[in-house]
Amino acid sequence: MLHIKNLKAGVDGKEILKGINLEVKPGEVHAIMGPNGSGKSTLSAVLAGNGRFTVTDGEATFNGKNLLEMAPEDRAREGLFLSFQYPVEIPGVSMVNFMKTAVNEHRKYQGLEPMSAGDFLKMLRDKKQVVEIDDRLTSRSVNEGFSGGEKKKNEIFQMAMLEPKLSILDETDSGLDIDALRIVANGVNKLKNANNATIVITHYQRLLDYIVPDVVHILYNGLIVKTGGKELALELEAKGYDWIKEAVKV
Amino acid sequence: MSDQDTILNDVTQSEYKYGFVSAIESETIPKGLNEGVIRLISAKKNEPDWMLEFRLTAYRNWLKMKMPEWAHLKIPEINYQDIIYYAAPKQQAKYESLDQVDPELLETFNKLGIPLDEQKMLSGVAVDAVMDSVSVKTTFRDTLAEKGIIFCSFSEAVQEHPDLVREYMGSVVPPTDNYFAALNSAVFSDGSFCYIPKGVRCPMELSTYFRINAANTGQFERTLLVADDDSYVSYLEGCTAPMRDENQLHAAIVEIVAKTNAQVKYSTVQNWYPGDKNGKGGIYNFVTKRGLCQGKGSKISWSQVETGSAITWKYPSTILLGDNSVSEFYSVAVTNHHQQADTGTKMIHIGKNTKSTIVSKGISAGQSNNSYRGLVKISKRAEGARNFSQCDSLLLGDKCGAHTFPYIECENNSAILEHEATTSKIGEDQIFYCNQRGISTEDAIGMIVNGYAKQVLNTLPMEFAVEAQKLLQISLEGSVG
Repeated sequence: MLHIKNLKAGVDGKEILKGINLEVKPGEVHAIMGPNGSGKSTLSAVLAGNGRFTVTDGEATFNGKNLLEMAPEDRAREGLFLSFQYPVEIPGVSMVNFMKTAVNEHRKYQGLEPMSAGDFLKMLRDKKQVVEIDDRLTSRSVNEGFSGGEKKKNEIFQMAMLEPKLSILDETDSGLDIDALRIVANGVNKLKNANNATIVITHYQRLLDYIVPDVVHILYNGLIVKTGGKELALELEAKGYDWIKEAVKV
Repeated sequence: MSDQDTILNDVTQSEYKYGFVSAIESETIPKGLNEGVIRLISAKKNEPDWMLEFRLTAYRNWLKMKMPEWAHLKIPEINYQDIIYYAAPKQQAKYESLDQVDPELLETFNKLGIPLDEQKMLSGVAVDAVMDSVSVKTTFRDTLAEKGIIFCSFSEAVQEHPDLVREYMGSVVPPTDNYFAALNSAVFSDGSFCYIPKGVRCPMELSTYFRINAANTGQFERTLLVADDDSYVSYLEGCTAPMRDENQLHAAIVEIVAKTNAQVKYSTVQNWYPGDKNGKGGIYNFVTKRGLCQGKGSKISWSQVETGSAITWKYPSTILLGDNSVSEFYSVAVTNHHQQADTGTKMIHIGKNTKSTIVSKGISAGQSNNSYRGLVKISKRAEGARNFSQCDSLLLGDKCGAHTFPYIECENNSAILEHEATTSKIGEDQIFYCNQRGISTEDAIGMIVNGYAKQVLNTLPMEFAVEAQKLLQISLEGSVG
């Protein structure tokens, strides 16, 4: 589904990703862990097409298409979803209007007619249950005045609405209390199936108790320095990141 | 410039779509301004003596006046002798039916989306179409006449309803009110006149559509709207002009009188040619609009969506004279590229328990400057007056400016005044967030801007709210950078 080969990228001439290799297949859950500043969020931003970052080398294909040549909105329409670490507030734009526009843009890309208002509202109701999101939240402006936890739930709610092929969760656990973490993780698990894949970016093992990864990567200093099974996350939790830093030096 | 900037730039470079010129034979008088020209205009319109006197007095006053310089605008010097003050499509004195109207002229209004054929019109909207200096056609006059409503061109009103015109013209905006009002009073050529009799609720939206076509001409029209006791009318004006390299002057006057318990809703969708993206050409829009809530319990509402003009100098205002009278001002002003706007309102509270509401939303993009200027004045006898003002500014990009100049003069301690102001910016992270959900940059800007302006757009008559939404989006295409 996603192939990344020797991907290098940076911002303002400073190289942050120094040659990432990654392969994600349908049905898989990958976790990317690493200390602050290792390039985790940059990787998600580059894959989603954030124009602040410049790709200097390497390849990335998604569903067999050259991801790096696509506009960010087309990447989204192809089925790439990014759950933002810091979801953005858009005052005056209602969640319903925002989601309706987004869903219909996805449908247009797939050659489908826009959804009828009735069908859309039904879908909205059904998907709200996935993340136990409040009715209040969908009637408000996008993320405006939402608490940190509500914003993260809202990201997963949007993920449920758009049914992406590949979801990248960028530190979705940060700022969540234990109950919200459980709800968000349950939501992600409910959306999982054999045809989609998830990349979970996190600092902590905690989230991986709920969303169990098939593969764990450790990103350090712009490179994936270690890849293993879910036990790698536990090892990391026990030993801390210094262990990796030491190992890399040697 | 980052990729995001480039994208934003591309999306905002769309063209003005009403910039065409119609090949219509027109009759113009020589350039220049003097008493002779004024007498000539008056003679062409076969005006009574009192009208010529009104013009000449205004002109003599104008000569003594100076162009106002207090606005936050850079206005290049205007050579008033280099303007043609009268241009009219060559035509018969009056059309008996549409068959006699120059087909090119009909086509022009069709292109603008204003079909003059009543069968094809938006039902429920009567239109007075004004091109250059004259009114071309007023639709649905017979339907309106059945209710005693007068809706016709200003020139016709002078001939057919001289008493009404004489009584109210200049009663709200005196000819000496300001520089541009004096100029208009001297040389105005046409416009719309509307009278709603006592107790009548106007059954359809009334609308005037202004079009400048001829080159080197100025457009000076006046609108006079009188709503008698217990009447109601909703009125809309729209305007466009061809794309020309030179600047053209538009100096209009709108006067509204609302009598006891009368309600007037006046909406404007202003889309004069704003000049090209380098700031060349465009209309100078210097307009005096004022309403008088003369009677008790009367109400005047202004709604405006301003997207056009190279320079806008415009302050639709209300004098709240009658006790318990109410006025509202809802405005969205958009400036892009090199446009400049200094716009706002004045609410003059004189009567007791008078109420006013001001909601102003400025949107600046490109290298433009957008200023809100507003005055709320509570006079001594305005016991229990109340005002709420909200001025918001939205910036797209970092080369544009937004300014707010609110003035408050309060002479009565029982008044309650509230003022709120915000400034915000459409961030690239907001646009990227929309992109990531599959929404294009262009649609994202449109959605964000419309969300911001919703409160004002909701006050427009429904037929025009949709048009205004689209217009907002078009005006801002190519605006962020």
